[in-house]
Amino acid sequence: MAQIKLSNLRHSYMPTPKGPEDYALKEIDVTWRDGGAYALLGPSGCGKSTLLNIISGLLTPSEGQILFDGCDVTALPPDQRNIAQVFQFPVIYDTMTVRENLAFPLKNRGVDPATIARRVDEIAQMLDVTDMLDTRASGLSPDNKQKISMGRGLVRDDVNAVMFDEPLTVIDPHLKWKLRSKLKELHQRVKATMIYVTHDQTEALTFADEVVVMQEGEVVQIGTPVELFERPQHTFVGHFIGSPGMNVLPCEAKGDRAVFEGHEVMLEGPAHGDGGRTDLGIRPEYVGFGDTGIPAHVTKVSDIGRHYVVSAMVGNTALKAVTEHSVPEPGSQVFLQFKPEQSRVYRDGWIATEERAQ
Amino acid sequence: MRTENQKAWFFVLPVLALVAFNALVPMMTVVNYSVQETFGNNQFFWEGLGWFEQILRSDRFQAALGRQFLFTAMILIIEVPLGIIVALSMPRKGFWVPVCLVLMALPMLIPWNVVGSMWNIFTLPKIGLLGYFLNDVLGINYDMTQQPLSAWITVIVMDVWHWTSLVVLLCYAGLVSIPDAYYQAAKIDGASPWSVFRYIQLPKMKTVLTIAVLLRFMDSFNIYTEPFVLTGGGPGNSTTLLSIDLVKIALGQFDLGPAAAMSLIYFAITLLVSWVFYTLMTKDDAQ
Repeated sequence: MAQIKLSNLRHSYMPTPKGPEDYALKEIDVTWRDGGAYALLGPSGCGKSTLLNIISGLLTPSEGQILFDGCDVTALPPDQRNIAQVFQFPVIYDTMTVRENLAFPLKNRGVDPATIARRVDEIAQMLDVTDMLDTRASGLSPDNKQKISMGRGLVRDDVNAVMFDEPLTVIDPHLKWKLRSKLKELHQRVKATMIYVTHDQTEALTFADEVVVMQEGEVVQIGTPVELFERPQHTFVGHFIGSPGMNVLPCEAKGDRAVFEGHEVMLEGPAHGDGGRTDLGIRPEYVGFGDTGIPAHVTKVSDIGRHYVVSAMVGNTALKAVTEHSVPEPGSQVFLQFKPEQSRVYRDGWIATEERAQ
Repeated sequence: MRTENQKAWFFVLPVLALVAFNALVPMMTVVNYSVQETFGNNQFFWEGLGWFEQILRSDRFQAALGRQFLFTAMILIIEVPLGIIVALSMPRKGFWVPVCLVLMALPMLIPWNVVGSMWNIFTLPKIGLLGYFLNDVLGINYDMTQQPLSAWITVIVMDVWHWTSLVVLLCYAGLVSIPDAYYQAAKIDGASPWSVFRYIQLPKMKTVLTIAVLLRFMDSFNIYTEPFVLTGGGPGNSTTLLSIDLVKIALGQFDLGPAAAMSLIYFAITLLVSWVFYTLMTKDDAQ
């Protein structure tokens, strides 16, 4: 188990990268605390798998260092870094039994048979696969195969970190949550640093203590799920996390107010800087209905079970609001109220308002 | 209540007719000849299983069968491991992939009798490039027209040259279908190169390897053209394989009865051994 530090990490798949657009990863500086559960969240192609493969040693970064507990491991191959990785598609040694599969990493490292047997039994119990230990691994269902892949990572008690590369992709939806909670439980038991790559926000937010949101090779925000939801540092985070995502509305900033389609909106605090593309960001959850406020025309109401998503037009700008009761009729005129402490201005995507001292 | 619908049989008829014309009818003429004696003039005398007994007891048949098994065994022992090794050392991506694939496919595109003639001219002592080189440059006494050992080596090397590519290409297809994650997981698990081969590559190649072994068995067991053109079965009878012997009996001596009986025995052996191979190689999957 170890603290993982990535320092000035850059990676390009091209031999001679010229501009920043040639880099799959641009300047990553992150420190992950020993025993933490982290998620790397971002859309496909944002560089999260590249980052994961760099940490596990399957890829060598173009620039920068990876430190495990302060020790530079940048040049070490995967087997010497003592990490475990679970891949998108379950990797199983088909000709072996489940028991042999679980014992394989230990056998390769020359661990004595008694210890192997003890560890395999422990892990099998943790994963609830004891009754299938002696069956051939090739005949298992995808979720059990994925459990065995995890087991092969966890069976070594000296792993520095366990990495998950979208491990639930091929699992049936109704088994996903089961496996996810199993993972969470495992994390609490083995206390290894775990890094979980996914493009599914639910997976990331339920698994991780801290989520690293990536976009186009850059880390846009690192924070707890609550922080990401409550105060996105970038419009991308606001839009990517939450369902529906944050409303990003073109506006003009005037001190602690924003002017949006000719209506003044109170902000959480004064907006600094000027120029660039200026947007007002507010989550649909914080757009309310009232007797006064910004006039809007309701275009659509979707019932998504727990609440309603109301789509409305203010002038020529579309936005969404979430409400549980007092649902307006499609086609009706309503007045919208934006919660000031949740209304922020973003300049060129990045947050530009300061949190008002409370 | 279940309704029985006999109409389905009509849909099978076209296939049945096709199979009848390309297999059953020709086969039945062979069966017909194998139990009768003929002296021409379309006169036939019932012979029963006499020809079969005669063939099975004859030293000539047993010797040819022995040579055939030896030949096929050598071919499989050399070509299958060699094919796997070549496939493993071929590049998986990049510029050299198509180059390697074309080079591999080339020998298989050459007609069989051309292969025989090529190797004949190539290996003739004095005038063939290889024959000359071995005898006059290296001083090795090599003459495939006179020495049985030289003839055997030449026939086997020729087949290896001609058909190893088939095993290579099939194995290569199996290898490239293995996702990268398997190799990455093996690296992380600390597996040795041998373990990677034994537990990842070999199991993933198994299906194509089964096909490769079956094809190579059947083709080498039924081989005719190449050794016939190269050595004509000689020197003496040393490279007279089953098919060469069969043609000698059928067309050389015009003994249609024994030749037909021999064909059926030949066919039965090919079928039986193929079945044994297939059963053994797919045994694990059934469990």
